[in-house]
Amino acid sequence: MPRISSIDSRRSIVNQKIPILKIKDYLIVPIQVDMDDRLALQLQMDILKQIEKCNSRGVIIDISVIDMVDSYLGRILGDTARMAGLMDARVVIAGMQPAVAITLVELGLGLEGVYTALNLEAAISLLEELLDKDAA
Amino acid sequence: MNSDYRIEEQDKIEILEEKDVVVCRQACRNWAKRMNFNLIDQTRITTAVSELARNIQEYAGQGEVQIQIVEKDMRRGLRIIFIDHGPGIKNIKLAMSEGWTSHRGMGMGLPGAKRLMDEFALESEAGKGTTVTTCKWLPL
Ligand SMILES: Nc1ncnc2c1ncn2[C@@H]1O[C@H](COP(=O)(O)OP(=O)(O)OP(=O)(O)O)[C@@H](O)[C@H]1O
Ligand SMILES: [Mg+2]
Repeated sequence: MPRISSIDSRRSIVNQKIPILKIKDYLIVPIQVDMDDRLALQLQMDILKQIEKCNSRGVIIDISVIDMVDSYLGRILGDTARMAGLMDARVVIAGMQPAVAITLVELGLGLEGVYTALNLEAAISLLEELLDKDAA
Repeated sequence: MNSDYRIEEQDKIEILEEKDVVVCRQACRNWAKRMNFNLIDQTRITTAVSELARNIQEYAGQGEVQIQIVEKDMRRGLRIIFIDHGPGIKNIKLAMSEGWTSHRGMGMGLPGAKRLMDEFALESEAGKGTTVTTCKWLPL
């Protein structure tokens, strides 16, 4: 009976910090690792702090390499968008894979009220549009 | 019920801490990949595993996940069984209902995982523990 060593696979998920890049007035958050719950919660806090520090009006969370969004991560993404909204910043979730979108809806989570875009470029256009509207 | 499944191969993963939820869902995806499940089914399985392994971690503290390649009626499937000896579930019907949570969750884990898998059976006794048996079949 083969036994996958948890120790070996555990090493591959060392607690990496997710980078938050500032580009012009926007924050870009490329999530590149399979996050455990603690790391996801940490990221939520880091994004809110960074919004405050940089006075950002727009945040793009790029999940194009994420191969699974469960109820926990889904809730974190939705909550982050709403919390950022209270701080007068808009959040766009970019690049959700088709299989992830299908599974998320089947799971019962629609991410209602959260802005999404097909890719980074579309996310930036959407943010510009939203912020223009806010300014008008 | 168990007797008509022929187990081709099996493994188990212990859930002891939060990180093991990630380890477990990644391992199950690898099994699903190896069995040639399509990408959507791989994602369904991984997501269901994440929900059920997290429930073990969250409500029972620890437990184990058994992963089996099974055969039944000429079909091959990935059977994943989540076992803990935690507090158990008093009202299974309530726990299985959409949106019901005893904590601060969204109450989606159990009903969502049931939708994502082909087979789903929850056995639980208050004070003794919980076993959730799930299976996804390869298309014929
Ligand atoms: N292994 C378990 N042991 C004891 N109780 C459990 C277990 N799994 C689920 N439960 C109970 O069933 C309820 C519903 O579980 P479910 O996973 O559907 O939702 P949740 O965990 O509360 O929220 P979510 O999964 O959406 O974050 C839980 O709140 C908990 O009370
Ligand atoms: Mg749950």
